[in-house]
Amino acid sequence: MNQPELIPHLFRTEFRKITTVLCKLFGIEHIEIAEDLASETFLAALETWTYKGIPENPTAWLYTVAKNKARNYIKRNKLFSEKIAVSLIKSQSESQEPEIDLSNQNIEDSQLQMLFAVCHPSLSTESQIGLSLRILCGLGIDEIANAFLSNKETINKRLLRAKEKLRLEKVAIEFPPASEIPARLENVLRTIYLLFNEGYYSETQDTILREDLCLEAMRLAYMLLNNEKTNTTPVNALLSLMCFHASRFPSRKSDNGEIILYQEQDESLWDQELISKGVYYLNQSSRGNLLTKYHLEASIAYWHTIKNDTQKKWGNILQLYNHLLQLEYSPVAALNRTFALSKVKGKRAAILEAEKLQLVNNHYYFTLLGELYNDLVNQKAIENFQKALALAKTQTDKQTISKFLSGLL
Amino acid sequence: MNEFVLIMRHEDGKKIASPEQMQEWMKQTMDWIGSIAAQNKFVSGTGLPFDDARVVKSDKTVINGPFGDIKETIGGFITVKAETIEEAVEFAKGCPVLQGEGNSLEIRQIAKNH
Repeated sequence: MNQPELIPHLFRTEFRKITTVLCKLFGIEHIEIAEDLASETFLAALETWTYKGIPENPTAWLYTVAKNKARNYIKRNKLFSEKIAVSLIKSQSESQEPEIDLSNQNIEDSQLQMLFAVCHPSLSTESQIGLSLRILCGLGIDEIANAFLSNKETINKRLLRAKEKLRLEKVAIEFPPASEIPARLENVLRTIYLLFNEGYYSETQDTILREDLCLEAMRLAYMLLNNEKTNTTPVNALLSLMCFHASRFPSRKSDNGEIILYQEQDESLWDQELISKGVYYLNQSSRGNLLTKYHLEASIAYWHTIKNDTQKKWGNILQLYNHLLQLEYSPVAALNRTFALSKVKGKRAAILEAEKLQLVNNHYYFTLLGELYNDLVNQKAIENFQKALALAKTQTDKQTISKFLSGLL
Repeated sequence: MNEFVLIMRHEDGKKIASPEQMQEWMKQTMDWIGSIAAQNKFVSGTGLPFDDARVVKSDKTVINGPFGDIKETIGGFITVKAETIEEAVEFAKGCPVLQGEGNSLEIRQIAKNH
């Protein structure tokens, strides 16, 4: 890797590690100091490497500089050294200087503990996602703004509020007690799941960024699996689900950026390696008795990796949606269930069911009705697609619906 | 929104179904519940296996199973959300238990504690 590529790459992978380790050392209330020190480290790298060339081991170089900067900061800043450093030194026995441990083990542990901290139940969902992206995924403010189709100021404010909340709540960067892990983990998984969806369904035109968000979500889940305390069956199920979805990344968009619907995707583009990983984690997830929505969604996603329509496939998908809706209702699941029903029991039966849903503000509802009426009562199909078009908000959705309509008119 | 329990009553609990039949009923029951859940009207529910059931009588004698003296037996129940009893009745009409002659569903509103 040459220099222009190397620095952003290192920034993405190392910024979050340095920030997390320092923040773990200083305490969550000093998270901004940790971020600043990490930023300064990269600034130093940029300045030095431009003149002197890239060192043999750039990561080690960054860690050394980060440690020095952290030590200097502690010495220089009187308040900091009196209040924080004293307690640090006390807790670290004889050594006069706080030890800054950038070993792999400590990096891994700190990141996991940080994951629990930023997914603290006291924070709003969007704060949890924002902080995860910033602190655990090392995304820049402008990238986060881009992903959320927002602007830098809004994101900055949101992150500041979130950090303030962590301070106020005195959230500790630590593993929750073993008895609390399953409950706290639920929150962590929900955030990872939303982070993945944010990438998968994001409207941003930046394909690389979208895929990055998904990969980061998968990385966080993978990190949980690497620790035996958090290697639980729901985590395996979630990672399985994400592998199956991500396997279709290469086939989901046409060259000019239009969404290609599942039925029209070229399955030879599906990533078989990710599919087998998905199957592996799905098997791992079935070890216990626990059946979460991630288990059900992963199983649904598994059946979608088989492109051919068979009664067996759709029969299974229908049962899985029946089950999923009992655990947790969502309009998307209700609509997908009805689509599966049309495959098992035919369009007429599905129309009867669809009309009971009455999701009259949801354009997917009318798109589904349009599809169900298509070839049965074309006039009804057109009416429904027109309603869908009027309700659709994003360019992508409008394009998809218009395509259906133009096929009918 | 009110909550109602739909109680599935079987005329004769002793009738033995084949595993294939059981599986088919299971599927139909899941489709029925799935349809209610897709309308966001499902609250909870459970089947009540006939095996190893007991009946305690007023003189405290215990008999095996609800069968024999009692002709009708309860196979399970679900709780649904509905505005009116009529809406709950419409849900009940879709229950596959009704395919069995003599079977019935009882619909009862859950008492509100306030």
